[in-house]
Amino acid sequence: MITILREIAASVFSFLERVGLLVRFALRLAVILPSGILRVRPIIEQVYNTGARSLVIIMTCGLFIGMVLGLQGHDLLSRFGSEEYLGVATALSLLRELGPVVTALLFAGRAGTSLAAELGLMRATDQIAAMEIMAVDPMRRVVLPRFVGGVIAMPLLVSVFVVVALFGTQLVGVQFYGIDAGSFWSQMKDAVELDDVREGLIKGAVFGVACSLIAVYEGFNADPTAEGVGRATTRTVVLSAVVTLILDYIITASML
Amino acid sequence: MRSTRTLDISTGLFVMLGFAAILFMVTQITNREFSLRSDSYRLKAAFENIGGLKPGAPVSMAGVAIGRVEDIQYDMNLFKAVATLRIDGRYNAIPNDSDASILTAGLLGGQYIGLSPGGSDQPFKNGDSVEMVQDAVVLENLISKYLFNSAATKSDQAPTTPESAPAAAQE
Repeated sequence: MITILREIAASVFSFLERVGLLVRFALRLAVILPSGILRVRPIIEQVYNTGARSLVIIMTCGLFIGMVLGLQGHDLLSRFGSEEYLGVATALSLLRELGPVVTALLFAGRAGTSLAAELGLMRATDQIAAMEIMAVDPMRRVVLPRFVGGVIAMPLLVSVFVVVALFGTQLVGVQFYGIDAGSFWSQMKDAVELDDVREGLIKGAVFGVACSLIAVYEGFNADPTAEGVGRATTRTVVLSAVVTLILDYIITASML
Repeated sequence: MRSTRTLDISTGLFVMLGFAAILFMVTQITNREFSLRSDSYRLKAAFENIGGLKPGAPVSMAGVAIGRVEDIQYDMNLFKAVATLRIDGRYNAIPNDSDASILTAGLLGGQYIGLSPGGSDQPFKNGDSVEMVQDAVVLENLISKYLFNSAATKSDQAPTTPESAPAAAQE
């Protein structure tokens, strides 16, 4: 009994410790952010790494999610005889929820893992220690550009995702089911407000910060072993997904 | 050298694609296509009841959107809801005795303001108020009017006890 309690206490403490370390890590990043952001070249490289190279998977998934929404939405709406609202329904659900959330999950899986594995491998092969010996701050030189690159890439990826998904819905709804293209777009235009777009972009930015932070934190603090790198990568995906969904609820509740 | 160049190009392509997508979302998906030009003017209309009218709702004449509801305020002096309508400058010859009514688009659609032209030869000017208005139809009022009317006609025909009034109302 005592041992069980002790174990629970130990796991609670280790959880709190990890949260504290993450916050300290984030604060350190925030402190060096203004000076580090001036080095543009590594940030561009990381925008390419996290953003441009995620584009193919984002667009493919977006297209298919949009097409599935078209199929499901048409099936549901045709029961009420209001197929023209397919555009409204998909545009709102994509802009507000699916776009940011699915993009964040894909981003964690595609870019987050690569960041975590790269940093973890740098840690395991003592590259980070070598930088410290050379009086180069690895936070500034390695971590910050990756974090900023991810934060820049995320909202852009979200918007690409939403537009491609809407194209997919349009493909299924208009080309395949024969919904009138005019009413599809005009109903959508009437119902979607600029606030909906703003909500999606805010969510995208917040998820970008969360996922990039988790990825660089887990990678930077990985155990310097092959196993540690693998664990850091796994934790990145799991933690990113959970945090994204929790944040999603909080943001949605505060914005409605 | 060459590899950094392709990296720059594809990064630039990605960023441009992202911004193009944002632009598409802002201009093509949202209802911004009716962007009011700078020469638009404002009218005021005071309603007893605006129902579900919201700022941003269209103002239309004969079904053509000519403006938007910019703002809705409750006026403590008039005890009415005052809606500020912003009309596009292209439509600058609306007779100033036109009347405004709150209508509903479709069966369940949103509410909008319909202007129907009057006979005056003076056009509306900036800051004018629409004198002739028709309020939104509130379903509860409609139902209660119907109920009381039917109860009244029943009580005309036969002397009723208080208990029979609800029964008549149910018919």
